[in-house]
Amino acid sequence: MLQTYLSQVWTIFSKDLRAELRTKEALNASLAFSVVILLLLSFAFEASEQSTSISGGLLWLAYSFAGALALNRSFARELQNDCLDALIASPAPSSALFLGKALANYALLLVVELIALGVFIIFYDAHLSGNFLPLFGVMLLATWAMVVIGTLFSALTVNLHMRELMLPVLVYPLLIPALMAAMLLTSTLLSGEAITGDNWIWVRVLVAFDIVFTALGVVFIDTVLVG
Amino acid sequence: MEATGNALDVNGVWKYFGDFPALNNVSFHVAPGSVVALLGRNGAGKTTLLRILAGLSQPSQGTVKVHGAEARKEVTRRRIGVLGHSISIYDELSAHENLLMFGRLYGIKQPAKRADEMLEKVGLGRVRDGLAREFSRGMRQRLAVARAFLHDPELLLLDEPFTSLDDKAIAVLQSMLAEMRQRGRTIVMSTHQLREAMELSTHIAFLQRGQIAYAGERQQEMLDDAGWLYRTYGDI
Repeated sequence: MLQTYLSQVWTIFSKDLRAELRTKEALNASLAFSVVILLLLSFAFEASEQSTSISGGLLWLAYSFAGALALNRSFARELQNDCLDALIASPAPSSALFLGKALANYALLLVVELIALGVFIIFYDAHLSGNFLPLFGVMLLATWAMVVIGTLFSALTVNLHMRELMLPVLVYPLLIPALMAAMLLTSTLLSGEAITGDNWIWVRVLVAFDIVFTALGVVFIDTVLVG
Repeated sequence: MEATGNALDVNGVWKYFGDFPALNNVSFHVAPGSVVALLGRNGAGKTTLLRILAGLSQPSQGTVKVHGAEARKEVTRRRIGVLGHSISIYDELSAHENLLMFGRLYGIKQPAKRADEMLEKVGLGRVRDGLAREFSRGMRQRLAVARAFLHDPELLLLDEPFTSLDDKAIAVLQSMLAEMRQRGRTIVMSTHQLREAMELSTHIAFLQRGQIAYAGERQQEMLDDAGWLYRTYGDI
């Protein structure tokens, strides 16, 4: 039973990634967008001690804008030839479709974020000074938060005429706690400090956010897709 | 609901879009092995009904049972094949990858082998690794037919199956439908092509403004004169 479920999740995950790697629509758009935003922000905020304190905010601003572009494509790509109907009609549970798509988006966004992080380090003369692994951990947690909400709302808005506009309008307000946590933790790590007792609350916020919204997505996706 | 032995039980189905009832207390039953032509004018509710039968949409009221189980249950969806208006094929994947993906979702044993068999059957064996977006319209339609029949469904739901198919795709579909009939599979198809519908079907369900105006066996009058049904039952 579980094996069948995991196989269906894997099938959707690999299908989405394969399709994306062949077209590179979402990858190119989100990567180009995040790099341009980071470039523009680097002119607005010159590298200094002050800019280090807001670096987490700048980085996650770029990540969240780039994320919206990629996530918009997630269910929209199923509209071509009405593929979404064939997926919903298949015996794969809607939650397997949701998790497969979320994981594909997750992999895609993490690649974009890692490349953008490299660009950020160059533009802002940032030094991770041994904090790469904790920062990557924050990226894993916060990106999953972004992906799980974005994928759910991508399904919700897929049939709307103005879905490109509606997705960020619906997703960003919900993401505020997760983005706030990610920004504060990233700023701390980029300024060379470690995550200490005071900051662990933000890690817990991210973990709780991920668990709650993953559960909500899994439970409600069938209602979102079928009604 | 008690087991009826029917392939399909539609009981008191209503579907509202806002305040508008697209389906109005629709009830009918389909015995296994029947071929049902779902007829009606544009906007009569044929596609809405087929979407509910396929589990793609929920009725506002009423129930749909396929072999005694709810349409949205996983075990039921495994038994249903759907061929809609659109081809439901991924342009970025090859013909083989498309069928392999759906084969895995349906839990088919040896999905790669089954995908190859189906590609041969619809005449696409030689282009199995070609991307669907590079196919001609007719080839894409045949691939869609292969997808719908891939898991050997017990109940096949077809929405305007012959519309916009090329000659070869029509021949492929007709031969696969004939094979399904011989094997006692149940087929429900909506169509505007009255002559073909009457020839293929054993039963007729005639929808008029969201209501069932006629549901029953195909009668000789319908074969003799395709317009008879509309003239006789078309004024509710």
